[in-house]
Amino acid sequence: MNRVLRWLFFVVLVRGVVRVLLGLNVRHRERLPAGGPAILAANHNSHLDTLVLISLLPPSLLPRIRPVAAADYFLRNRLMAWFSTKVIGVIPIKRQRDRPDEDLLEPVCEALRRGEIVCFFPEGSRGEPERFKPLKSGIARLAERFPDVPVYPIYLHGLGKALPKGEALLVPFFLDVFVGEPMRWGGDRERFLADYRAAMDALAAEGHFPPWK
Amino acid sequence: MNVLQLSREVQWVLAGIGALLVVATLVTRLLKVRNPGSDYRELTQRIHAWWVMVAIFAVALGLGERWSIAFFAFVSFLALKEYLSLIPTRRADRRVIFWAYLTIPVQYWWVAEGYFSMFTLFIPVWGLFIVSTRMVLVQETHDFLRAVGTLQWGMMTMVFALSHVAYLLVLPAQSGGPGDGASLVVYLVLLTEFNDVAQYVWGKTFGKHKVVPKVSPGKTVEGLAGGIVTTTGLAVLLAPWLTPLDRWDAVAAGLLIGMGGFLGDITISSVKRDIGVKDSGTMIAGHGGVLDRVNSLMATAPLFFHFIRFFYY
Repeated sequence: MNRVLRWLFFVVLVRGVVRVLLGLNVRHRERLPAGGPAILAANHNSHLDTLVLISLLPPSLLPRIRPVAAADYFLRNRLMAWFSTKVIGVIPIKRQRDRPDEDLLEPVCEALRRGEIVCFFPEGSRGEPERFKPLKSGIARLAERFPDVPVYPIYLHGLGKALPKGEALLVPFFLDVFVGEPMRWGGDRERFLADYRAAMDALAAEGHFPPWK
Repeated sequence: MNVLQLSREVQWVLAGIGALLVVATLVTRLLKVRNPGSDYRELTQRIHAWWVMVAIFAVALGLGERWSIAFFAFVSFLALKEYLSLIPTRRADRRVIFWAYLTIPVQYWWVAEGYFSMFTLFIPVWGLFIVSTRMVLVQETHDFLRAVGTLQWGMMTMVFALSHVAYLLVLPAQSGGPGDGASLVVYLVLLTEFNDVAQYVWGKTFGKHKVVPKVSPGKTVEGLAGGIVTTTGLAVLLAPWLTPLDRWDAVAAGLLIGMGGFLGDITISSVKRDIGVKDSGTMIAGHGGVLDRVNSLMATAPLFFHFIRFFYY
């Protein structure tokens, strides 16, 4: 990763846009991890989700934060691949297996073994603005392999209004970020997913969100 | 000696506000020591936020007319953004909402240019026409009336009404009247905010009879009357320093700001009650959101502006 470019991008540009143009309302900021390894697991509505998650943590942690992103989308050309891996610092993962025994989550596991903070979207790709999508099993499989790594449910609201999927024009809206209590592996995948969904529902219920249809 | 670009009178008044905040800070510290059991966190937060707001306001004014205008444009932007984040909006209107934001730089440009006719008619005439037409072209008729109504109301209050504070800056220079723009702004903003605090303190101390219990159960006749009287007193006291107002006109300005501030406040209370929130946001610790702080100004700014312009400029 290019440390200087990354610092300039996140600390100067992203913070400016997120805090001045949009504006953050963060609840339970004190729950955020002070270091890695950890998994920040948020709902996914917009490309800006990743940038907002990264800008939540102090700049000193910046070198250790890595968002997980789909390789087919973010590495689709050389410029995009350079920007994604060097500046954003993504961990590219493939969505389809080439071989039946291929472990798609291995790059994420490596990052966790290195003690990094991984931003993960359990819903997979971006969904309809401000709606939850069914969860994929990835987050539960990660928790199973790293039972000691805390998983932080993070509910994001407002980005689906400010910059939803398929739109290029950023329209300013305040963003809500509600951080949940860290979760740990309890021994069952289905159960973990259900607990995660329940934690996200509880976080969403903390806020007041006007209709957006 | 002239620090930055402010007149001596404005510097003295700002110093006075600073002194008042020092007293408030010391009193809070003392209360904390005297009653260790009580919780003064909100009061401490509020006073701290006042320090920050006064500092930003003073620096913006001190940097001169252009920066002050830019500052009020930014306040309009924050207020409009908070309002639009709070109310129900339609997905289809994303681009229309963007256009509504664009009225801010245009409106404040008229202010900076001192182009009075465009300043008064741009949002009520062109803004109304262009934004509603843009919304019609979206071709989403479900909830159209609500969407167009709420957006227009936001532009009128958060952009048009608030921009009157900024126009005070260019008013004297433009018409060759006495006094300078920054002192008129300080006069209006100080009296408006002071009135908020005065009504709150009078109400907390002597409040009994509710004025509009269904909108804002905390507001009392005693608070309202006490606040208006105190504000009018301060208006008369400060007028010879900061404005061309003679004594009786200063009384009228004080009454206008005292009453207008109350009406602006309960108007935003109505909006919040309709939506079902207590604070409009979380930007200003202890105060709530930006709207919670500028609600009174949205009413006092156009009222005071047209009062003083009609009689003096």
